[in-house]
Amino acid sequence: MRRIEVDVNGSRHVRHVDERRLLSDFLRHDLGLRGTKVGCEHGVCGACTVLLDGAAVRSCLLLAVQVDGCRVDTVEGLAGPEGLHPLQEALHRHHGLQCGYCTAGILMTAVEMAGEAGPHSVEEIKQRLSGHICRCTGYAGIVAALSEVVGS
Amino acid sequence: MRRGSVRSYGLHASVKARARASGPSASVEDRGGDRGGTLGRWRRRGTVDYRRMMVTERRAEAPTRPVGLLGQPVRRVEDAALLRGEGWFIDDIDPLPNTYHAAIVRSSVAHARLSGTDISAALEVDGVVGVLTSDDVAALSQPFPSVLDVPVDYRPAAVDVVRYVGEPVAVVVARDRYIAEDAAERVTVDYEPLAVAATVESALAPGAPVLHEAVGSNTLSDRHLRYGDPDGAFTRADLVVRKSFRVPRSTCTPVECFGVVCHWQKSTSSVVAWCNFQGPFTTHAVAAHALGIPASRLRLITPPDSGGSFGTKSSVYPYVVLMALASRRFGVPVRWTEDRVEHLLASSSATERVTEVEAAFSSEGRLLALRLDMIDDVGAYVRAPEPATLYRMHGCLAGAYDVADVDARARVVVTNRCPTGLNRGFGGPQLYLPLERTMAAAAGMLGMDPAELARRNLVPSSSMPYTTATGAVYDSGDYEACLDEALRLAGYSDARRDQGTARAEGRRIGIGLACVVEPSVSNMGYITLSQTPEARAQALPKSGNAEGVTIAMGPHGGVTVRFTTTPQGQGHATVATQVVADVLGVDPALVDVRTDADTAANPWTVSSGNYSSRFAAIGAGAVHVAAGRLAEQLRAIAAPLLGVEASAVELVGGAARVAGEPSRRVSIRRLAGAAHWDPAGLPPGVDAGLATTAYLALPGLDPPSADDRINSSATYGFLVDVAVVEVDPETFAVKILRYVTVHDAGRILNPLLAEGQVHGALAQGLGAALLERHVYDDQGQLLTASFLDYLVPTATELPEPVTAYFESPSPVTPLGAKGLGEGNTMSAPAAIANAVADALGLEDVEVPLTPGRLWSASAS
Repeated sequence: MRRIEVDVNGSRHVRHVDERRLLSDFLRHDLGLRGTKVGCEHGVCGACTVLLDGAAVRSCLLLAVQVDGCRVDTVEGLAGPEGLHPLQEALHRHHGLQCGYCTAGILMTAVEMAGEAGPHSVEEIKQRLSGHICRCTGYAGIVAALSEVVGS
Repeated sequence: MRRGSVRSYGLHASVKARARASGPSASVEDRGGDRGGTLGRWRRRGTVDYRRMMVTERRAEAPTRPVGLLGQPVRRVEDAALLRGEGWFIDDIDPLPNTYHAAIVRSSVAHARLSGTDISAALEVDGVVGVLTSDDVAALSQPFPSVLDVPVDYRPAAVDVVRYVGEPVAVVVARDRYIAEDAAERVTVDYEPLAVAATVESALAPGAPVLHEAVGSNTLSDRHLRYGDPDGAFTRADLVVRKSFRVPRSTCTPVECFGVVCHWQKSTSSVVAWCNFQGPFTTHAVAAHALGIPASRLRLITPPDSGGSFGTKSSVYPYVVLMALASRRFGVPVRWTEDRVEHLLASSSATERVTEVEAAFSSEGRLLALRLDMIDDVGAYVRAPEPATLYRMHGCLAGAYDVADVDARARVVVTNRCPTGLNRGFGGPQLYLPLERTMAAAAGMLGMDPAELARRNLVPSSSMPYTTATGAVYDSGDYEACLDEALRLAGYSDARRDQGTARAEGRRIGIGLACVVEPSVSNMGYITLSQTPEARAQALPKSGNAEGVTIAMGPHGGVTVRFTTTPQGQGHATVATQVVADVLGVDPALVDVRTDADTAANPWTVSSGNYSSRFAAIGAGAVHVAAGRLAEQLRAIAAPLLGVEASAVELVGGAARVAGEPSRRVSIRRLAGAAHWDPAGLPPGVDAGLATTAYLALPGLDPPSADDRINSSATYGFLVDVAVVEVDPETFAVKILRYVTVHDAGRILNPLLAEGQVHGALAQGLGAALLERHVYDDQGQLLTASFLDYLVPTATELPEPVTAYFESPSPVTPLGAKGLGEGNTMSAPAAIANAVADALGLEDVEVPLTPGRLWSASAS
């Protein structure tokens, strides 16, 4: 067990965790932040994507102990008391989700893109989305939503 | 002619229009204070000021119109929770305290006798409660029943013999998943290898290893069905086309894997199982039988949200049984969360089919008769509802074509591979790839354009309703109009002309067509076609398809709807909200649709669940019927208050009012209050309480006839796809230049959702056409057991399709709607294969059309 201190969505958490505990399990089962989903546990599907000090990472490929002293942002931190984040709103408008299981991960990648110098071309958006598997939508609604917010 | 008007919604154009209409409605300041560093920082770094676009949130984006939400592109009520990460999926719920975690020990070989399992080292691991072994499974369970009357001993884990890689052989139960997986690695299993039959061909070869000794053959069922006079038609034919096809194994593999939490209650020998099962609930009885308990003692509960399924999660039920046995054995609640490798290896695969087609044509291009010799590889066991893949399309074996004479041989074969199960399309891709490739080949041989050949054979709209040779009743549609529209949208004539020009320049452009009749709402009786008429006559008849809906209004006028349609992203709650708001005249924000299922609380039937694209036709239809009954009750309560007959009362805009005199009104909230608070004051004959349960069974779904005809589905939509592709002559990469899909699925209940279903099905159809295949070696080892090897389409691989919709209302469903969520998985592999074969001038191509395969085919 090791003591770690993590800032998650602006809240400080001090926990003792097994060295081998996955970040995804730490977020979901230790902190109860179950908005982050786990799809493949081998780093391909992108469902578990969170932001680590601002960068999109796979939480199933990181150990909780690796984020000691870092800031983690998850889907739970996106909407404010006044409403949805513009990216959430855009996904809603463009029917960019069906089962919603891949959505949290896609949102976090999109938030990362929104923080970069833009605008992003449709091709760039598709390239960045190619790290996420969605089996429901065929991606068109997701691409349209992201294009509206981070595109040209 | 029932043909409706063509609607080309253009998803993105229409939603953009709405986006403009809503506009920015909150200022930067409205966003609130500092919500913490990084998100704010990123926004500032960006060049797009999207804070400006922040809009005030509303509960349920559905516009509050008084009437007529149905048919509108209403945005989804499901999204608000899902976008925030507030959905409730199976691994998000902890229904019982002190739940232990399971890890499954799985067979590493495809065929072997189990000669010993040593669990001692696993039991030494701190935190392990116990290990459920093969012997426990044999002692505590019964074999799963099957519609096929053959002695196949299928259990949730191997007993004596393992028959596929990944088959469960033991279950470790421990304090957490990490410990369970550690201990699972310490279970040692001794295998005495047996010869492996890893393909249909090797399973049928002389001297092949027999999987189930008690059966004595790997062919579990062999039916030969004839309709009309196919032999006579073949004698008369001017042209007979013969071709062979293989539709390989693939999987819809949803992003969320399976999950089960089981509790065996000793005192009552009953099981409660939380799981992301999706129906059909026929298999609820199958699971209860395997557990040796009455079906009433197996309570299945599904959480409100499920992370996709596309059929696959019908195969959750064997794991329900396995975890119930583990719970029974060790006296604790047991949770199992599947991982991706387990899912790809051992949970569900589409059925591989090998088909020999013979098609008889006249010189004018009339398709006179079809012979189909179909062999389905169902894997190592027949897991219910298999062998349904073989018969799901039986009513429409001739697809969209008017064919009087059909000869079908249908065989079920076992191999040393994962048992098959529901995967989107289910029997459709297996039928239409052979059928539509044969039509394209015939066009070539007849010197006719494929579109013209299709046109000469399509069932004419004047024949609707049309009864097929095999017994389906196509209920409505104008197939030729859809074809014309698809060709127009594809610029077909120009594309054909440009194709020749491009060819002269060394470019390889091809055009492919697929015409598909898309069935929805399965007849539960079609599976009994696997039995002989004599055997059927000895058994209880099976037929029909039914769904139940409970609707209740609370004392303040809020409405709750419950059903057992187990949605996994299709938007059932949104459509049900539209229906209820329309029928009851209430604000959609007052409607709460419960999507979690509970066999102890919800209305359900054995045909409940989320399969055969049944929601629009029967789910929404049952909501309509139930809401109509509640509306009757409200009108009866309102009538004396308004001083009119109930028949003169209409429910509009949150009020009951006198038709034609809108000022004479009473609010629905008041009527609800009266029903709850003042039952003594209710008019005579009106029941206290405002709740009703209605069941809807769709008509026309009889059991198979004595001559093996079956209306295998309640309703039939139609679609035409046109694909224009270019194949790189150096790399053989396939690029889709244009993709058009035109649907007629009856009345469209929500164009936004319909478009989403079409895009999603097309993505999976194109995946199967170009990328997806489960690859096994000759020892039955799966080589595609991770997302690194099993390739599914990502955003960069998919075209933006052109879509259009005709609406020929179904005369057999309450709302005129038909399913449309599977059609493009049936059409796309055929359309793309036709286009690629056209581009390269190849007679035979095999899906998936990978560059390597196309290079080999072109080189030979």
